[in-house]
Amino acid sequence: MAMKPVIRLDGVRFTYSGGRGLTGIDLCVEPGERIAILGPNGSGKTTLLKVMLGLLHPQGGTVSFEGENLSRISRVELARAMAMVPQELLLPYALTASEVVLLGRTPYLHRYRGPVRRDLEVAQEVMTATDLVSLASRPYSELSGGERQRVILAMALAQQPRLLLLDEPTRLLDLNYQIGMLSLIKDLTVTHGLTVLASMHDVNLASLYFDRMVLLSSGRIVADGPPEQVVRPDVIRKVFGVSVLVRRHPGYDIPWLTLAPDISNPISVREDTSDAINP
Amino acid sequence: MRTRRYPALTVYAGLVGLLLCALVIGVMQGAVALSPVAILKILLRSVGMSLGPVTWEGADETILLELRLPRVLGAGLVGAALAVAGVLFQGLLRNPLADPYIIGTSAGAGVAATVAMLILPPASILGFGSVALSAFAGGLLAVLLVYRLARVDGRSSPVTLLLAGVVVNTVLGYLGSLSIVLFEGSEFRLRHVFTWLMGGIAVHDLRQLLVVGPMIVVGIIAAYGCAASLNALAVGEEGAQILGVDLDREVGRIIALGALLTGAAVSIGGLIGFLGLAVPHILRLLLGPDYRRLVPASAMVGATILVLADTAARFVAAPAELPVGIFTALLGGPLFLVLLRRDGRESGWR
Repeated sequence: MAMKPVIRLDGVRFTYSGGRGLTGIDLCVEPGERIAILGPNGSGKTTLLKVMLGLLHPQGGTVSFEGENLSRISRVELARAMAMVPQELLLPYALTASEVVLLGRTPYLHRYRGPVRRDLEVAQEVMTATDLVSLASRPYSELSGGERQRVILAMALAQQPRLLLLDEPTRLLDLNYQIGMLSLIKDLTVTHGLTVLASMHDVNLASLYFDRMVLLSSGRIVADGPPEQVVRPDVIRKVFGVSVLVRRHPGYDIPWLTLAPDISNPISVREDTSDAINP
Repeated sequence: MRTRRYPALTVYAGLVGLLLCALVIGVMQGAVALSPVAILKILLRSVGMSLGPVTWEGADETILLELRLPRVLGAGLVGAALAVAGVLFQGLLRNPLADPYIIGTSAGAGVAATVAMLILPPASILGFGSVALSAFAGGLLAVLLVYRLARVDGRSSPVTLLLAGVVVNTVLGYLGSLSIVLFEGSEFRLRHVFTWLMGGIAVHDLRQLLVVGPMIVVGIIAAYGCAASLNALAVGEEGAQILGVDLDREVGRIIALGALLTGAAVSIGGLIGFLGLAVPHILRLLLGPDYRRLVPASAMVGATILVLADTAARFVAAPAELPVGIFTALLGGPLFLVLLRRDGRESGWR
């Protein structure tokens, strides 16, 4: 029997009062896939994530999660199956890292009972997986950007989701943490059997860590496939309005994009022969 | 903040101890002082257990059972209700300035009580006078109005609730003033209105406690059931929904509970300020931000503080009685400021 898609969008339409939004999105996400959603600002990346989370209700089309209509799944049920890592988390008062992580157990708590041993165990597990054990009792507000991002990730993992959504997980991180975060997420998809969908801005980082790319422009999907199919000069120019050169990454077998805003100066001719490293 | 987490059992044992002490002090003090031994004997006898012969005056029994005990219990209930309502609204609105009255209760109850004092006959149902009943109804109606006004696209967000609450409070407040100006000869009753607005525990009839008591106790237990949602709201409304909180339902539940607790408190206590604002803050500084602790701890500390303040209000200028709201503000304010200056940066709101 073929596995049900984790999440499936059919002709999903959502328009904000300002006119922006999504216009007819068809997307089918299979278990274990790692998908990057790319597109210019305002192209609908965050809106798409919110529709999948059930925070925005599509005005047309259907969203189904594991074969069931999303609108018929209760919030608690959904929170046990799907989690989200926002770009940042602003807390109104001081919480320690472990207290934030424990919030991820909210969908499992009994109304009149606090966290039980199972909740504490899961929190401990995900903090180990995200290398947070030594930071457990530190106030969240005193952590660095990269550490905070790991705390938010751990909170999402404490929900024990099957689908993990991330909203630009590397946006506020320095290079070292960007790589660290994306490697961690890649590892987790394997160890925790997660399906991952992340909105991304950096096309090259996306090529490195995701095996499928969905390119959005003005609320519709203009390209969908492995990096080879999506990262092409004509596609990128059409969507982002910038000229780029696409070559191969010198170390890995993936496309590598270079900005070339001045197309009249053909640097590409010279560079094509200058690659010394051969992967 | 890490250094200020005490084991739950120690905290609750301490708070229960404090509350019991406050209750005993509250019952002992007054125009006629009663000894703890006499109090214990009278209480036991009233539930059918006798400890030796009657050694006290008959008046003592009347004072204890019909005046002081209802009054002290009333103060405790009102204090607990206001503090828990403060916790609920601060958590829901994610705002440190929120108090039990913030979304309309005070002005709604105030204007209704003022009008009742000016035009309604002093009828009473189950021991509640027309002013108390009007205040209760006025407070709930105002909250309902705010909740409806704040509903945009089928849901009420904390920000719109806060704004609608401020607007309704202001408009209703002036309506109350207007009604005082408009009614001929209202100067005579003005003093009553202002005394009521400053707050004072008024339990004239044990039946009042039988109505308000269960309402407040059940309300506090239900408020404890909202603790997980209040905790989750720390990550924002969308964040809480992603964590499994059914936002619309929980917002409605929290508002309803907060309004009921406040209304019940107002119906026997008038508008006692400051307590509902300060108690949750003080406990957040001492116990950390977990609402599972804040709700029960606030109930106990709110009760303790108001019992003591009410005792002082009866005692300080005896036989005259001062509005208890003056004491909650004058005693609570400085204590609150000291704690805030000492610990505020570390574990308060940001």
